[in-house]
Amino acid sequence: MRGTSRLPTWVELLLLPGLNLVSAAMIAGLVVVLIGEDPIAAVSLLVYGAFGYGEAVGYTLFYTTNFVLTGLAVALAFHAGHFNIGGEGQAYLGGLGSTLVALHWGHLPSVLAIPLAVAGAALFGGAWALVPGWLYAKRGSHVVITTIMMNFVAAALMTYLVVNVLIKPGQQIPETDIFATTVWLPPLAPLLAPLGLDLGRAPANLCSILALLCCLGFWLFVWRSRPGYELRVVGRSEAAAIYAGIAPARVTMLAMTLSGALAGLLAVNEILGSQHRLVLGFTGGYGFVGIAVALMGRNHPLGILLAALLFGALYQGGSELAFDMPKISRDMIVVIQGLVILFAGALEHLFRAPLEALFLRPTVER
Amino acid sequence: MDGLWLQSLLLADSTVRLATPLVFCALAGLLSERAGIVNIALEGKMLGGAFAAASAAAVSGSAWVGLLAGIGFACALALVLGFATITHRGEQVVSGVAINIVVAGLGPTLADAWFGQAGRIPLPGGARFAPIDLPGAVELAGVPVLGPFYAEVVSGHNLLVYLAVLAVPTIAWIVAKTRFGLRLRAVGENPEAVDTAGVRVEGMRYRALLLAGVLCGLAGAYLSIAQNAGFIRDMTAGKGFLALAALIFGKWRPVPAVLACLLFAFADAAQVRLQGTPLPLVGTVPTQAIQALPYLLTILLLAGFVGRAVAPRSLGRPYVKDR
Repeated sequence: MRGTSRLPTWVELLLLPGLNLVSAAMIAGLVVVLIGEDPIAAVSLLVYGAFGYGEAVGYTLFYTTNFVLTGLAVALAFHAGHFNIGGEGQAYLGGLGSTLVALHWGHLPSVLAIPLAVAGAALFGGAWALVPGWLYAKRGSHVVITTIMMNFVAAALMTYLVVNVLIKPGQQIPETDIFATTVWLPPLAPLLAPLGLDLGRAPANLCSILALLCCLGFWLFVWRSRPGYELRVVGRSEAAAIYAGIAPARVTMLAMTLSGALAGLLAVNEILGSQHRLVLGFTGGYGFVGIAVALMGRNHPLGILLAALLFGALYQGGSELAFDMPKISRDMIVVIQGLVILFAGALEHLFRAPLEALFLRPTVER
Repeated sequence: MDGLWLQSLLLADSTVRLATPLVFCALAGLLSERAGIVNIALEGKMLGGAFAAASAAAVSGSAWVGLLAGIGFACALALVLGFATITHRGEQVVSGVAINIVVAGLGPTLADAWFGQAGRIPLPGGARFAPIDLPGAVELAGVPVLGPFYAEVVSGHNLLVYLAVLAVPTIAWIVAKTRFGLRLRAVGENPEAVDTAGVRVEGMRYRALLLAGVLCGLAGAYLSIAQNAGFIRDMTAGKGFLALAALIFGKWRPVPAVLACLLFAFADAAQVRLQGTPLPLVGTVPTQAIQALPYLLTILLLAGFVGRAVAPRSLGRPYVKDR
């Protein structure tokens, strides 16, 4: 996550992730063979399931939006030199933020209610991530450990709140009442219908556009703003940052808060855009997939968009695949995610070293 | 009074049962973290061990074959972790996350394909470690106070529980008193010095990870072929992370870490029993508060609000030999 690459840009941004992806795909293919199915047929079913018809595209878009947001969240913390594994918990708390707004200000007109609910998600997610940021900055606690622990605390807290406090009165199922329609995010389907794309009943909603705006904002912030610059300096070297008059403590807290806010926005897509009520476990592991997305996407919004699309397609195509090939369950997608993290993250030096030997001429020693 | 005594005995009994996988995993975490490798992958290796143990036991009908398979698979995962973090100096946290996620998917995928029970692996009768009645348990049960204690808490567990009890002093002794243990700790604190002394840092770290793999395999096998009869998806349910919390809570030292495991297990056992019963002073405690307690305590401890936990100095840093 630190240090600059000396490789040519196309190798760094295309060849290396490509090689990582191919390795992950090969191992995944091996698992499919082990199960006793044809990997090639599986891939074609998967691609059709993800892009073959309008509703599939709508679902792919919906999942992609989730992954863009959690991927950006992980990447932002990465740039500040931290590994935020707490996206899952931050997104969960984001759901609480938007739910509180939706239940209390649902009577407001949409123009007010929706931005408030979105802000609630970002605020709660950000605040949940500020805790590890603050603990690191002021007390030196390791962000990785604290964010992991905070995930469990978030899960316990949310279960308590949903089961005991927010549950729809007089019902057993642990979920809140359906929100007023004023806070529902408008679906994308009517927007895309004139283009001849029928999204069917897919839950894709305006949050996809919000996610795109986040990508743009991410790029502007990280590479075109003063705080973004400070954030990258702290990520490279805290010592250098202090020497340059940047306070790492402040920057870390800002980075973690923004990271958590991005993760919190997952709730906008899932809760305000699709479920329209708070349900237990709506984060469904998307926070962890964000790690894979950020690693694949090289912590750049453009890369993250592409990686998120890949995972979105895997998610949607994978559920179709599980339907068509009964021997392959949806868990296969989880295996692929893990393999991508393994090859793109853990084993990134596996291909980097040979590629560096191949593409870099030996420098003359001075 | 008799009823209360029996209640506390039953509570102690379930504490022991719940603590066993935590103890194995915390000791595994201790070995790898004292050698300088962050072990987020405890959860994944334990789950992998549970899956492999259940599959092998279900096919062979023997708990012993299952145990070996569980240990073998957990060690294989440890080698993958070592290949990524030691040989290729990959980011240790990312590697651990990768292993956790791969196993979380692989277990149910293969279980579904091989056994066709929606990701579950049921065990045939006899393919499981049965409770062992220690000598005299039945005869002494009539002795007041101590008799029931011996019969309920000490006797009647399966083999792996006793193995966990043995593992604690063994690992503590290895880490504190042996040459291997000294080198292990040195590798986690100051690998340069170990290298200068002519000991291979990479080799030491691989050995630490492999030993940790054995312990994770034992923990997994305990879950699927001793405590329960079979594998279900996500059956570790965060126990690997709870063990990690216990390890940090025990400040990376064996005995305090094991005590932390017992404390967390006790909280869990009490939580099940207490559901809805009001406690003196505090009233009814929500079960979720007790579930969150270990994690909250660990956060507070790490932040230095309750004592101070200092990690091994080279934890998380890949070793690069200077030339």
